[in-house]
Amino acid sequence: MSDITIPEARQAAEHAPAHKKDTQGVKMGMWLFLMTELLLFSGMFLLYSVYRYYYTKEFHQAGMETHTMFGTVNTMVLLTSSLTMALSIAAIERGKKWLSVTFLSSTIVLGLGFLVIKYAEWSTEIADGIYPGSPKLLQHPRGFELFFAMYYLMTGLHGLHVLVGCGILITMLIFIIRGKITQDDPVRLEAAGLYWHLIDIVWIFLFPLFYLVN
Amino acid sequence: MSKTITSGHHEAPTSYGIYVLIWLALMSLTAITAVVAGIDLAAFTLVIALLIAVVKSSLVVNVFMRVKYDDKIFKIFIAIAGGTLTVIFLLTFADVYFRR
Repeated sequence: MSDITIPEARQAAEHAPAHKKDTQGVKMGMWLFLMTELLLFSGMFLLYSVYRYYYTKEFHQAGMETHTMFGTVNTMVLLTSSLTMALSIAAIERGKKWLSVTFLSSTIVLGLGFLVIKYAEWSTEIADGIYPGSPKLLQHPRGFELFFAMYYLMTGLHGLHVLVGCGILITMLIFIIRGKITQDDPVRLEAAGLYWHLIDIVWIFLFPLFYLVN
Repeated sequence: MSKTITSGHHEAPTSYGIYVLIWLALMSLTAITAVVAGIDLAAFTLVIALLIAVVKSSLVVNVFMRVKYDDKIFKIFIAIAGGTLTVIFLLTFADVYFRR
């Protein structure tokens, strides 16, 4: 404490309070938005749970049909993208602009990779005749059909969030390159990061519910 | 040291190492869930898978989303939201279970 020089202290006093308040406000706003997202997904998780309770046997049968491999790989892709997201923020806070750009670009590539894998997975299933209202599904019991309705609804909505997330991250990438997000003002990147991590958390719960039914 | 003063500006940056460590933990937990799903533990399979998901998401929230290092208000936010959701889930489950 006693080591602080006067110019440093003055500089900190000029910038610190206003900036801190703003930063916390932005993050708080983002968290409030994330709560609404949480509620949106929770409603579906609730529906899934109730259906699973009513149609335990059918959900079990249907769960065997999903591709665990696709799900596991995609989980790892998304977790890694969360790591590079966190690293990108850590880099900008150290003033390493291009390192931050590199990490953020990796996050975007991994996010798009997730969608490509998802596309391959859905294509396989649709080719197998498994899609909402398909003649093959209608031959199965109701619970079986409901499982796949929930599957397409929840992974579809999640995929949409990944797509939107990629759009937000591309915007952040442009901001960093143009010097609008800097070491002294990284809060927009942090807020975008919070959104990205939330998408990851939703997937963490989707994964055991749809892919790990043995 | 001049470092103490900059911390008022924004929180001290978390080290890269911690993030990598947490990522390794998340990847291992994913591998464990996938393996555990292969073993037949009857009713416990789902419970274990969900418990692991809770552990994973708390790692993401605390470290990647930095709630652990952030102001207390964010912890209160999450506690209230989590508490509300728990009540909604429990009441719905109670309704479904005791109906008929």
